[in-house]
Amino acid sequence: MTTHMDISQYRISQEQFYQAQGNEVALYEAAYAARLPVMLKGPTGCGKSRFVEHMAWKLGKPLITVACNEDMTASDLVGRYLLDANGTHWIDGPLTIAARHGAICYLDEIVEARQDTTVVIHPLTDYRRTLPLDKKGELVQAHPDFQLVISYNPGYQSLMKDLKQSTKQRFAAMEFGYAPAEIEAGIVARETGIEAPLAQSLVKVGLAARNLKGHGLDEGISTRLLVYAATLIKGGIPPRDACRMAMVRPITDDADIRDTLDNAIDSVFA
Amino acid sequence: MSEPIDYRKILDCKFARVQSVFDDCLAYALRRLSAAGVLAYVEGARDIGKMGRGEEPVLMFLEAMPRLARRVGEDIIPRIVEFTRQLGRTPNAKAIAPFLQSLEAAARALESREMVEEYLQLVWQTMQRTTPRVHGIDSMYASECLPEFLSSVPRLLAQLSLAGLKNWVDYGVKAYPNNPDRQRDYFLLQSADSRAVLQRERHGTLFADHERKLDLYLRGLWRSESVLLPYSLVFDELRKPVPYLDENGIHLPDVYDDTQNGVRGIDRYRALLAHLMAHQRWTQPLMADNFSPFQRISIETFEDARVEWLALREFPGLRRLWCALHPHPREIEYQEGISYIRHRLAMLSRALLDPEHGYANPAILKYAAQFNQLMATGNATTRDMADLGVQFISETRLRSDSSAEVYFDDTEVDYRDDNRLMWRFFEDGDEEVYETRPQKRQDDAGKEDEGLPPRLYPEWDYGTQNYRPDWVSVYEHLHPQGNAAYIEELLRKHSGLAKQLKRIIDLLKPQQKVRIRYQEEGAELDLDVAVRSLIDFRSGAQPDPRINMSHKHDGRSIAVSLLLDLSASLNDVPAGAEQSKLELSREAVSLLGWAMEQMGDAFAIGGFHSDTRHEVRYLHLKGYQEHWGQEVMGRLAAMEAGYSTRMGAAIRHAGEHLSHQQADKKLLLVLTDGEPADIDVGDERLLIDDARMAVREMEQFGIYTYCINLDSGADAYVADIFGHHYTVIDNVQRLPERLPQLFMALTH
Repeated sequence: MTTHMDISQYRISQEQFYQAQGNEVALYEAAYAARLPVMLKGPTGCGKSRFVEHMAWKLGKPLITVACNEDMTASDLVGRYLLDANGTHWIDGPLTIAARHGAICYLDEIVEARQDTTVVIHPLTDYRRTLPLDKKGELVQAHPDFQLVISYNPGYQSLMKDLKQSTKQRFAAMEFGYAPAEIEAGIVARETGIEAPLAQSLVKVGLAARNLKGHGLDEGISTRLLVYAATLIKGGIPPRDACRMAMVRPITDDADIRDTLDNAIDSVFA
Repeated sequence: MSEPIDYRKILDCKFARVQSVFDDCLAYALRRLSAAGVLAYVEGARDIGKMGRGEEPVLMFLEAMPRLARRVGEDIIPRIVEFTRQLGRTPNAKAIAPFLQSLEAAARALESREMVEEYLQLVWQTMQRTTPRVHGIDSMYASECLPEFLSSVPRLLAQLSLAGLKNWVDYGVKAYPNNPDRQRDYFLLQSADSRAVLQRERHGTLFADHERKLDLYLRGLWRSESVLLPYSLVFDELRKPVPYLDENGIHLPDVYDDTQNGVRGIDRYRALLAHLMAHQRWTQPLMADNFSPFQRISIETFEDARVEWLALREFPGLRRLWCALHPHPREIEYQEGISYIRHRLAMLSRALLDPEHGYANPAILKYAAQFNQLMATGNATTRDMADLGVQFISETRLRSDSSAEVYFDDTEVDYRDDNRLMWRFFEDGDEEVYETRPQKRQDDAGKEDEGLPPRLYPEWDYGTQNYRPDWVSVYEHLHPQGNAAYIEELLRKHSGLAKQLKRIIDLLKPQQKVRIRYQEEGAELDLDVAVRSLIDFRSGAQPDPRINMSHKHDGRSIAVSLLLDLSASLNDVPAGAEQSKLELSREAVSLLGWAMEQMGDAFAIGGFHSDTRHEVRYLHLKGYQEHWGQEVMGRLAAMEAGYSTRMGAAIRHAGEHLSHQQADKKLLLVLTDGEPADIDVGDERLLIDDARMAVREMEQFGIYTYCINLDSGADAYVADIFGHHYTVIDNVQRLPERLPQLFMALTH
């Protein structure tokens, strides 16, 4: 019944650059060796997804990424029956595919999904490593290579959006942050090919914004935005304009903060 | 060529002091004005001399006119003479000398002929509007405050634009129509109001408007949480305070104007903060006693340059800003007898900051090179700067350095502080320590109020269509306690009513259900969606499986503040009733308070009365978090009425508290028995309009204001204040019953 599934499309063919900040690569490898589910915590744009891609490439496993959202139901993860001319047929959801074929399943921004959806991952994340498909009446035994990874941004933690304790306590967690200034400058330079001093200047602006977190900014300027700005500069845009466009305007509508950050840009770029 | 004109003959004036300065003035005028202009100038002086007002006006005219004429055109001269003559024909001859004196300042501040004309109009109008009228005839008396106003003009024009000056005058004229003494104080800039209005009308970048930006700047770029403490520049004429840093925080001016070369006020603040932060980060204090004063300022110059150099390494963009603010003194020939020490140091400072300084002075170049070399090693300290400073001062020393006359032009670096944090003194503690504890006078001790300090609120003046800043002082007190049993007794008396209320409350308790549709699993089938899905299914499309719906309770989130008018009129017993309005209010409020407790809404009760704008009392009866209990009932039982009704301030104060509550709906109930009034306000419209503005302000906070009025004649004003949001209760006896009902109806 199951349609033929080509898992190789989920393999990562090229190495994704990832600059380790500590021993996170070794930690992840140890967790994978034991097939422990892993939770990646950290602010937006600090490199969580990049890290998973890098590790999947390193371990040579396929990676199935699901971006979670509020409207997602359990069947969007597990799979559902579809109608066709001959009647109905079952189609696996991403989680089931990963469990059957031995991929790393990465649930990005898991808190965005409703809590009743997230509980379907529970049986896969403990010693059982099974996924019951109620509607189909099947119990999927997870492939030995299967691993579940979730990401979670504690920054916009609100009462409404938090993980249940019963979910949290099924994971080994790794905390990510923005890299220290020199390393972050190195990342920006490496990703985009701009000069190191320019990358350092971009990082300085980013730091100014991160200092304002909690004072009108929910989140500082992420490494991802620094890379965007650097990309624009590489494309011939003057640095100040690039910073305003890629780093300041996206993160705030507050006139005072915008003004302060614009001034930071003017101060950093002579 | 005709022979030279004998101006002295034209002047025809025998005052000795005029004679003595005339030659200088004439020489000055001849250099700046055309021949016709000089003639008009001298003739004007003659005419003013012949007005019979003494020598003073002539001297001032001679002094001020050439500059003014040069600036706005020579045809201003006859106009000023004519205006002076007009002024002389009114009873305001005393104002002529101050008027002519004010022209000096006007010449500096006003840029065109039109602006001077506007200024003259303003003077004329001020005169007319401040002249007392008796039976509508006003030409008999002198204006009460014209000379005072004119004497303040130089100070005012230094800070206000012409439009600002007009507003300032306007306020003074309208605010004290029947109080000439107060008006005079206002125009002399001696009253607090006058300073407050001046502050509001100022041009430039006000600190108050940009405080948050500057806080963010400190936090974002410097990771500092220093407190910013503004000081006023307005009232220190002789010695302008300089910004400084101490353990309390950063002291900085309350306003900065944009500079001539286009640096905005906000950037001047940032330049100052950047400099101070650089000091805070990198300066180590030195012992001051080991250095002479000259050595000290030299060391300070090097140290300023050092911290800026370090800051520039982080933020190269600051160089542009600092260079724009730093003076660029020209190299000049030094004369004997003048001390050029400041000039030399300013040049040095420029050279250290700006690589393109363009100086050729060998000493400056040498030390700039030494400085840069030292900094490039990466570990130069304040100590090293001290060595450099001492060397510099001894190497460039001139005999004239200690002259009393100091060359100041172009040497002030106004974004820098006074470096007080850089120095330590031995003398501290050597001096006798005086006990600074003030002896409290015995008779004052008892009077001391133990309440909170007053909150200041503005008041709306409909005449000027503007707020009077910080006009009303509101004191908040805890209401004294009384006997709580009394309120319980009241509640027992109304037990029938209470039962009725209870039924309504039960109906009102949060029970609205909200339907959540499109659920894959839910409490019941959502028929619409189910049918749609079935159609999809039959037609071969993918059906939506989310055909159920469920319900959830919608919480009730409301915060209520009840504001009771406790003015003297509450003691009246309305016609046909046995109890005073106060007692009826007390019953009503008790019932409402009890009902609210059942509902579980956040609910506060406050009373207010006023005794002039200096003392509006807000009596705290129940807070939002307090429960309806003995204490609250005790306070209610002790409620008393007295004084007047300054409603606007009370509404603002209650609204201030209410706005901090976390609730979806905020309701401010005002229970009053009459219109706003106070004994220091003669114009009854004033407080009504102020209350109306207060209600509008509440709207902006998202607070719904509703008035319950016990005055049957209230229709005349209550709609003006509250719009449609009011009820007049004609039969006051039914208040205890009506108030809770009204509340339920409002919040249902």
